Parts: sequence; structure tokens; C-alpha cells
Amino acid sequence: MSVDKDNVIKIANLSKISFKDNEIEKFQEDLNQIIDWVDQLSEVNTETVSPTFSSFDNDKGMKKREDIINDGNYREDITVNAPNSEEGFFLVPKVID
Amino acid sequence: MKKLTELCLYDAREGLLNKDFTSKELVLDHIEAMESSRSLNAFITETPEIAIKSAENSDLRFNKGTNRDLEGIPIGVKDMFCTKGVLTSASSKMLSNFIPPYESTVTNNLWNEGAILLGKLNNDEFAMGSSNETSFYGPVINPWKGNNNEQNLVPGGSSGGSSASVAANISLGALGTDTGGSIRQPASFTGTVGLKPTYGRCSRWGIIAFASSLDQAGPITRNVRDNAILLKNMCSHDPKDTTSSSKKIPNFEESIGNSVKGLKVGIPNEFFQEGMSDEIIDIWNKGKEWLKKSGAEIIDISLPNTKYALPCYYIIAPAEASSNLARYDGVRFGHSVNSSDINEMYKATRSEGFGDEVKRRIMIGTYVLSSGYYDAYYLKAQKVRSLITEDYNKVFNSVDVILTPSTPSSAFGLNEKSDDPLSMYLNDIFTVPVNLAGLPAISVPAGLDSNGLPLGLQLIGKPFEEETIYSFAKVIEDSANFKNIENQWWVQ
Repeated sequence: MSVDKDNVIKIANLSKISFKDNEIEKFQEDLNQIIDWVDQLSEVNTETVSPTFSSFDNDKGMKKREDIINDGNYREDITVNAPNSEEGFFLVPKVID
Repeated sequence: MKKLTELCLYDAREGLLNKDFTSKELVLDHIEAMESSRSLNAFITETPEIAIKSAENSDLRFNKGTNRDLEGIPIGVKDMFCTKGVLTSASSKMLSNFIPPYESTVTNNLWNEGAILLGKLNNDEFAMGSSNETSFYGPVINPWKGNNNEQNLVPGGSSGGSSASVAANISLGALGTDTGGSIRQPASFTGTVGLKPTYGRCSRWGIIAFASSLDQAGPITRNVRDNAILLKNMCSHDPKDTTSSSKKIPNFEESIGNSVKGLKVGIPNEFFQEGMSDEIIDIWNKGKEWLKKSGAEIIDISLPNTKYALPCYYIIAPAEASSNLARYDGVRFGHSVNSSDINEMYKATRSEGFGDEVKRRIMIGTYVLSSGYYDAYYLKAQKVRSLITEDYNKVFNSVDVILTPSTPSSAFGLNEKSDDPLSMYLNDIFTVPVNLAGLPAISVPAGLDSNGLPLGLQLIGKPFEEETIYSFAKVIEDSANFKNIENQWWVQ
């Protein structure tokens, strides 16, 4: 297995997801199956190939709009879906002692 | 009187223009169909009040002569599109309380042309799946069943609610999104027409992001013409999406019925898979014959990196997903679990809010992007993506479209593959390369297998040449003479 249990726990930590002990094994198994399968890419020679991060019309590049404010002033709309908000701010647990 | 749900979008539009019926009558028939078809579980949210009010407004416009291109036409919208004031869940527990304060550009374009929202359609959670079984709201049932077989089948995914609602005559058309086949595979499984446009054709603004370099919105309809009509009204250049194209938007409908005589159709030999069923090969051969009879030239081509498309996709899509889904932290919107520690809050929120398939993909994405693995997996995959794109660029110097099967099989049974992620991923083998290369492609129903289930053929086009695809698709449609389901067993 290319991904061991400690590694799975590390990735879960990075992903901010926690697993119960009885779930980890199944996830480890699935991950390994998938990682082993995608590993077949290693047989492709890509030494002189540059990566494609987007298939968008690369010739022209992305258009930038003018840097002017054309939107805003709806603080209430933005916080309306927040589980905890006060006076237009999002509330989070205390992070600095 | 014949039920108005039996009309296709095009005929309904004609009927409204000729004042054969009102938009309200049309909408009421569709609401009745939606309510009597709940056993299919195609809709997450039904919006009959919005639909009736909009229909009354459309009827006023018809009377005043100010009717627009899609005036009074009821459609369904996949629950990945933000709709202002209407629950938009992405079929996830994470967003099961999310009411967007804004409207996606694509849906906004449609409402501005007079289309009417019938309801929000079920899909795989965050569009991750090929069977609609990963939805927090439960699976969608395919209106099609095999010959003499009562078993429930999946409608494909992730746009399973969209494909099922269109096949079951509940909506005149539906919006889907396609990241690796999520429009074309469900269209193939339900005998409907599904198009993924060129990357950049439709704005992604207001569509819940899965893998941003691959996601595209597109229409699912009962025929090719309806598809072209809907697509035209979805596209726009949108300053809010830097990847939305400013290319001129053609009147796609005009390309329907154009001759394909003298045009060249590529048949990629790498798409012949080992163990491919005879029925899939047969339908593919039929497709070739139909296009040949219409005067097109059939040419064997090679896309040598095809076998790497799927593993390449299953690195890139989860990588982008893990990054996009980092926003679900329980702070600004969506599901949230209280805790005095912020890290615990994030973890509890995400562990409760996401289903297993979404967690799997976030984990894979995080792994391939993590320090020490980035070059070996993520960067490698983006390089292979260049090779795949290059394959298509080369081939399109000598052909106008590429013809392939849409899927390796017809619709499979509920729960048949849900325990095995890898075998589920293999469903997208014919559709995924198109997303990696950013190309447009359509699935058109071409016939039934021996079990009586629909099979689709896929036509892949050059970037921004959806018109050529539609011309070819119409030839296949006319030749196949495909008939929709007659026995509406699901109506209660």
C-alpha cells in the first residue's frame, strides 16, 4: 500500500476532515486503489512537455476588467446565510488568547 | 385535450406564439407532471408559485407583443446553479440550508429571455458521481426500465435529476453541468440530448464550483433543436467570469438541418476498448453508416494518449475540488457545528456536512497537491493533459468532428456500483478527455440495446464549433428515429 494509515490521518488533518477509527481503513483502501491506478501516468514521457492548467483560449489570455468598483454595499445579503454574525461581521470561535 | 407535457420545447414555443394555449396552461400541466412523478426523486425543490407567477407575466407579455425568445417555457435547473431566494444545495448536507442572495449568470440569462423555473433538480453531491447516488437527498430513478425487468436503474450522473426530468416529460428542458461527463453520460442513460459546450462558452459565475478548469454548464433536452435553442439563451460573455469567452454567439438553431456532405468524421481507434460490448460497437457502426449515407467522409484517426485521460482527470479534478471546497468551513454559509475551538469547528462541520464520495475526492486532491507529491501527481497530470489536448489539436487539422460511443454501457442498476469508486469512475472513460481539452461534445440517443435501454453516440467538435456538432447530431437523430418512453409507470 502506497498510502499508510498515518499518511491517511495526515491528509485528513490537512483536509480538515476527521474520521472515526472504523472509517479510516475503508478510506485508506479506497485511496490506495485510486492512487495505484492513477500511478500509470508515470509511464508517460513528459520531459519536454509543459503543463496545461486551463484550456481557456490560451492565445489571448484572460481579459482583465478595469479596476473600478462596480459592486458592493450589501453587507446584510452577505451575512444572511452565516450561522453566527453580528453587526455585519462573521463570528468565529476565539483564535487568539 | 392532449397533455401539453407531450410537446417538446420547440413545439411548445410555437404553440405559445400561435396562442394555441397560454403559458399558464403549459406551466400547470408541467407542475402536475412534477407532482405526480415524485417517485423518481428528480426534484429537490419544487417552485410552483414562482412558475405560476412567471407564467402569468409571460401571458401578459404575449398579449402585449413584448414576448422574448423563451417566453413562458418551463425548465428545470440542476441544484448546482445559484438561484436567488431558492434553496441551492448542490445536493449536499453542507448546503442544505443555503439560500443564495444572488442569481447565476446562466439562469439569469434564461429568465431575461422569459424562461420559467419549475424547480431545482437533484444531482450527485457537488456534482461528484456518475449515478446520482451520492446525493444527500437520495438517488434519482431512471424513467427507463429494462425489458421485463422491474429493477430500478440509475439515470446517470451527476446531472441525474436533469436527465430524468426531461426523459419523463416533466420539464421541456433542463440545465446540467459537465466536469467529466455529467451532462452527456446521464443524457445517454435516459435517451435525451445533452451538450457540453466549449470551455468558456457559458459563464461559470454563480455555479457551485467543483473543478474550475473543467466545469461547464449545458442543456439537456428531448431533441437536438431544443438543445440549440436553450444553449443560445444560456451563453454570454460575462465580465464576472474571466474564463467566459467574448466570441460571438451564433444562432445555433440555424445550423440544424445543415448538410454534412463532404465533412470529415474521425473514428478514434483508441476508443475501441478491450471487452467493449458488441452492442456498443454495433451502435457506433450504425452511427458511422448514417453519417456516411449523408455524405460525410469517415476517417480512422488516432488519439494515442486516450488511455491516460481518466487517471489524469482523477488527479486534476479532485485537486481543484479540494481547493474549491476549502470554502465550506461553517463560518460564512452552510452547515456548521459549534465548537469553542476553531479547528474542531472546521473538522466537525466538514465531517458532518460532506458525504463519503466528496470526502474521498477532497482527500485525493489534498494528497496529490501535498508537499512531496505535487510534482509526481498534480504537475505530471497537467503535463499529460497537454499531450491529450495536443492529440485533439492534431486530429482536428484533418477532421471536422469525432464520433464515439457516449458510454461503455447502458444504464446500470441502483446500488450496482456504488460500493466501488473505481468501477464508477470508469463510466466516464469516453467523456472525460473532452473536458481536459476544453472541447464541445454532445450525446445523442442512437438506439436501444437488447435490454430495451437507450444508448447514446457522442460527437466531439473543435473549440467553439457547436454548430457543426448540432448539424451532425441532427443527422443521427433523424436516422436513429429514437422514440421516448411510452409507459409512464412512475406516475402516481
